[in-house]
Formats: sequence, C-alpha cells, structure tokens
Amino acid sequence: MKLGICVLEGPYQHEASDTAYNFAVAALEKGHEIFRIFFYHDGVNNATRLMVPPQDDRHIQQRWSELAEKHDLDLVVCVAAAQRRGILDEDEMKRHGKDANNIAPGFRISGLGQLIEAEIECDRVVFFGD
Amino acid sequence: MAMLHTVNKSPYQCDTLESCLKHVGDGDVVLLIEDGVYAAMKGGKAAELIANANGVKICVLSADVKARGLEGKLIDGVEVVDYGGFVDLVVETDKTQAWL
Repeated sequence: MKLGICVLEGPYQHEASDTAYNFAVAALEKGHEIFRIFFYHDGVNNATRLMVPPQDDRHIQQRWSELAEKHDLDLVVCVAAAQRRGILDEDEMKRHGKDANNIAPGFRISGLGQLIEAEIECDRVVFFGD
Repeated sequence: MAMLHTVNKSPYQCDTLESCLKHVGDGDVVLLIEDGVYAAMKGGKAAELIANANGVKICVLSADVKARGLEGKLIDGVEVVDYGGFVDLVVETDKTQAWL
C-alpha cells in the first residue's frame, strides 16, 4: 500500500517524531511504499543537520537521512514553516541573503502542495503531532 | 467504512479520548499511542470510558505501554499491538484520523 506520513513536531521536544520514525520503519519492513514524509510546523526542525545530540542519545536527523537514503524516501520540509525557523537550503540561503544553510541530506524544501499531493496519491496518510 | 483513530493524549491531561469516543462509529478502531496509553490503565480515570466503548476495538501501542511501565496493568480486552500492528491497522481501516 502507498503511505504518506506528516510530522508536526520537532525532535527531542515531543514523541511525535520518534513515533513517526518507528511507524515508517515498520511500514517499510512490511513491504509498503512510503510515497512521502512531510515535515510541517515545528516538524521542520527534524531537518537541520546542525543538531548535535549526546552520543548515547538517538540522532533524530541522521536517523531520517539514513532511512531516506536506504529506501529512497522523499523527505519534504514546508518552506514557510522552515523560513520562520531558520531551516534553509542553498537556494533559500541565497534568496534571503543569509550566510549559511543547514538542511540535512535527504531532505528538500518545498511547498504545502506536496502534502496535498501526498493526500491525493497515497492510500493512507498518517499524522503525528502534539 | 471503518476508521482508525489515534489518540496520543493522557486522559489526565485533557479529554481528547472522550471527544474521540463520541465520534467513533461501529467497527472503528481506537489506537492509544504515546501518553494516550494511560487511558488503558486498569482502575484509571478512563477505565469506565473504555468499558462503555461498545462496538469499538481499543488497542494500545506496546512500545509506549512498556516505556510507561504499564505492562500487566491494562484493562482486560484492550488489545496490545506493536508498530507492525499499527501499520496493519492503518491498512485494514479505510482512513486514519489523528486526534491531536
């Protein structure tokens, strides 16, 4: 089955990001396709490659990036939510005259239309948030 | 058309589960996740609510039950599922509604 996932909360702040990750892993293990994972609201904070959690803690961003690479997943970050929270890729950095970017490997910044498209394309979309 | 409802709030925190149970239809499934699993505690605040949820299957996510030390303290008849079971519930029902 074709599944979509939406993550609405940031890492280490709320369990939503962990639950969504574990759900994604279980779905892939069962042979389902994950069409897209959309990060919205504070969920965009999952996408910064600059997080440095203690070594004995899970690295939430790396975990997403590795899962995306292994299964060729489409991790999409909402552009408006990202701009507000300082999540930038190369293009956004230049467009806003900033001196750095921080988007992690496997993530891409795009619009809310990507969530709508997932709702249309997927058999089910599951939301994880507060 | 059966729906899966996920509830992630403790009944000691707010009345999300109560609202959810007012809207569920026959054949629907309510999956308690994260702090929502506290509702499945035997003798707890939501015990009566769960007992009166006729025609609705109540499930809890095993990892969240374990994380909160609720193993062996669950209301009889509540079904324990792992993440694979969560995925199966999403697939078996027609829609998933997260009560955030």
